[in-house]
Amino acid sequence: MSKKVIERLKAQLGGKILATSDFRGDDEAVVAPKDWLEAARFVRDDADCAMDHFIDLTAVDYPERAQDGEGPRFDVLVFARSSTKNHRVRLKTRVAEGAALDSIFTVWAGASWAEREVFDMFGITFANHPDLRRILMYPEFQGFPLRKDYPIEKTQPLVPYREIEGIDKLPPFGPDMGQPWSRVDWNERLHGGDVQVSPAIGTQQGQRPSLSKGPEYLPDETPEAE
Amino acid sequence: MADVRGSGNAIPSKAVMGGGDAGFVTTRLEELLGWARKYSLFQYPFVTACCGMEFMAVAGPRYDVARFGAEAPRFSPRQSDLLWVVGTVSQRQAPALRRVYEQMGDPKYVLAFGTCASCGGFYDNYATVPGIDKIIPVDVYVPGCPPRPEAVLDGLMLLMEKVGRGNRGEGLVAPPREVPAMAKIRKKGTAVYFGQERMREEKALTEGAAPSVAELLEQSLAERPVETITLLSKDGETSKKSHDDHH
Amino acid sequence: METNYEELDEDGQLELPAEPMRLNMGPSHPAMHGTIRMVLDLDGETIVDVDIQPGYLHRGFEKSCERGSWNQVYPYVDRLNYVSPMLNNVGFSLAVEKLAGLKVPERCTWYRMILGELARISDHLTCNSASLMELGAFTPFLWCIKTRDYVWDVLEQETGARLTHSFGRIGGMAKPPTDLFKEHTLAVLPQVEEAMAETEQLVLRNRIFLDRMQGIGKLRPERALALGVTGPILRSTGVDYDVRKANPYMFYKDVDFDVPVGHDGDNYDRFMVRFEEVRQSIRIIRQCVEKMPDSGTVNIDDVRYVFPEKQDVYDTIEATIAHFKIVMEGVKVPPGEVYSFTEGGNGELGFFIVSDGTGTPYRVRVRPPSFLNLQACREMLVGDMIPDIVPTFGSINMIGGECDR
Repeated sequence: MSKKVIERLKAQLGGKILATSDFRGDDEAVVAPKDWLEAARFVRDDADCAMDHFIDLTAVDYPERAQDGEGPRFDVLVFARSSTKNHRVRLKTRVAEGAALDSIFTVWAGASWAEREVFDMFGITFANHPDLRRILMYPEFQGFPLRKDYPIEKTQPLVPYREIEGIDKLPPFGPDMGQPWSRVDWNERLHGGDVQVSPAIGTQQGQRPSLSKGPEYLPDETPEAE
Repeated sequence: MADVRGSGNAIPSKAVMGGGDAGFVTTRLEELLGWARKYSLFQYPFVTACCGMEFMAVAGPRYDVARFGAEAPRFSPRQSDLLWVVGTVSQRQAPALRRVYEQMGDPKYVLAFGTCASCGGFYDNYATVPGIDKIIPVDVYVPGCPPRPEAVLDGLMLLMEKVGRGNRGEGLVAPPREVPAMAKIRKKGTAVYFGQERMREEKALTEGAAPSVAELLEQSLAERPVETITLLSKDGETSKKSHDDHH
Repeated sequence: METNYEELDEDGQLELPAEPMRLNMGPSHPAMHGTIRMVLDLDGETIVDVDIQPGYLHRGFEKSCERGSWNQVYPYVDRLNYVSPMLNNVGFSLAVEKLAGLKVPERCTWYRMILGELARISDHLTCNSASLMELGAFTPFLWCIKTRDYVWDVLEQETGARLTHSFGRIGGMAKPPTDLFKEHTLAVLPQVEEAMAETEQLVLRNRIFLDRMQGIGKLRPERALALGVTGPILRSTGVDYDVRKANPYMFYKDVDFDVPVGHDGDNYDRFMVRFEEVRQSIRIIRQCVEKMPDSGTVNIDDVRYVFPEKQDVYDTIEATIAHFKIVMEGVKVPPGEVYSFTEGGNGELGFFIVSDGTGTPYRVRVRPPSFLNLQACREMLVGDMIPDIVPTFGSINMIGGECDR
């Protein structure tokens, strides 16, 4: 990738480019939400950028950033490519919860579904989007699943489950035995609770009982020794 | 149509077959129907996800589900009696699945193809139904992610056994032929042991009842010197359907 | 509504008036691959507008990835584009390696290329034969599925699984190639060529096939670019964008191959581009097999990312600790965010990954080529007729796992 695009953006948009990065060769420019549409239009229309190929639009949730007052909650990113010059750029902006971002549907038609998906998954609204409704989840769904504070196991069934014995899905391990090291309980973490990632460390810090102590941590049935 | 969904054994209703001066043949209607049904399952493929790739392989020339008489797909639920649920069923898809099931005519059978359809697999999250048995009843579960075609055919044969038997009891693993010397050392509690016990029980229950159509058919076949057809023995110890496709 | 019964169309036929009609298609419809719903606005048989609704196979890929360790993402990645799982494995490995700054051994790169191209062959064979089946040509479907099973045999021999391999690892592969890998690979290629030749003989002069494919489902290149279309569909419109050529990764710049492009961007071009790509994949594989070294490791020598030798785990405390840390805490990928892209079965398969430096991914975003290709389906369908949905939708090769994730 060339540095040309970033330099061109800096020269033309000046103070509207808040920061740039070329980490691992990915050119990135950060803009304010109010300049979002203008920056997108510029990279498409400028003869030196000519980003006519829409690649992707997505978001990342940083709830702790908003909680600690360090900035808005979401990063929204758009990836674009030039089909004639074969260079790329990534535009990023930071959006607060509840704020609306300008839709770039008019710049790249392909952003339409991607914005619907970001709305569906993160709850970020896009102003002037012609058809902003859920795309992957069903309309009855409450909440936004890719937000960190949405519990992953929380289902919202459309069809009530049958009430029959013996069809419950049993976890292969107890709650503290299945994949404990890597699971982060975001709800607790956001409320200042348990942030440990390993039950061993948690045991040392007195946050949870030891695995070797207490019958609730033992499997109910030991396999018959043959 | 009698209710075939209840547990327990086949209802010993009688039907008259043949007739005339040569005498008559009686059999149980349920067994006749079950025998006829199990070799002509019309399937509705409810294919959603990855397992569909293996479903193609099952239908393909190498594994060839046509050997079991279950190859004809019917994309109308009203024309089909076997619902293959192939792949993950999401919460959004669940109403469609239940509606398709409700539109099928009785008797209907459901085969859960793969781990996702059986229990949700590793998609235990907000989007996925943890097993289609939360929505509709299931007759046979085929585990695997996706299951190999051999596993699918094994599940299909289990289902055929249930269909032929005419009740929704537990699927029966076909027990291998019993070798007396082996029986002494075989431990109680293995799957094979249970299978044979079950066969004996069923045999005892149907003792004295009229022979089934399948048995009559085999008797007449047994008189013919056809070597390629595996015959079912009348002996209780070894009686089990062959897996050959001599229908 | 006042209707004029005297109106004649350009063929001189009497045009009968038709009420506008709204028709639902899917999600459980044989042509919709079980996961797409289309709400059609019709004028007679002509499609006036279509609302394509994906999402019936959304199963929380991105959320699930945020729960496990980095290596636990591989099984989920397999099930994105489940017709070519190995390409997804390779794509995700390259993304994490880009973030961590790793360089895998040469043998591993060749190995990944061969397995990836085999997966691409399996993908294109499935897509083309399934769309032929939907047009009523059942025989080529059986031939191609048979051949795909031969390809899968090679992959099974290498990885142990027919379809969902979970074979990639950060910094290498799960296992080195087997002894007979090259022989098996070379043996399967003529079978693929034969199946394709037979299929083409059967359909390419078939009036039904040609009438339903040629001139149907057209897409213009500039619209395709704006809509984010990539892969065979973009190439069928005449844009020669292939990640393997435009931004060569692995050793694609060292092998000789062509990028087939179409002209009209219709169903026929998409069909032909896919088969031609299989031929190019065969060319690539033949060159890779020649260049791949027969000995050497496939994993990097760094115990922070790759398991140490099993014997060392038993013998030395250092290896035991390394093993324990990878199993219990997962691979620690340095913090940062990167976007890495490869040429998947359906187009540019990108992974945008964010790491906070722990053993768990903070965010794994996959750029799903099927999703963006499906969005362009509306442009292809509007103006065509209802029966044209079947070949058009088939030639898009919408893979539910990747489209809805």
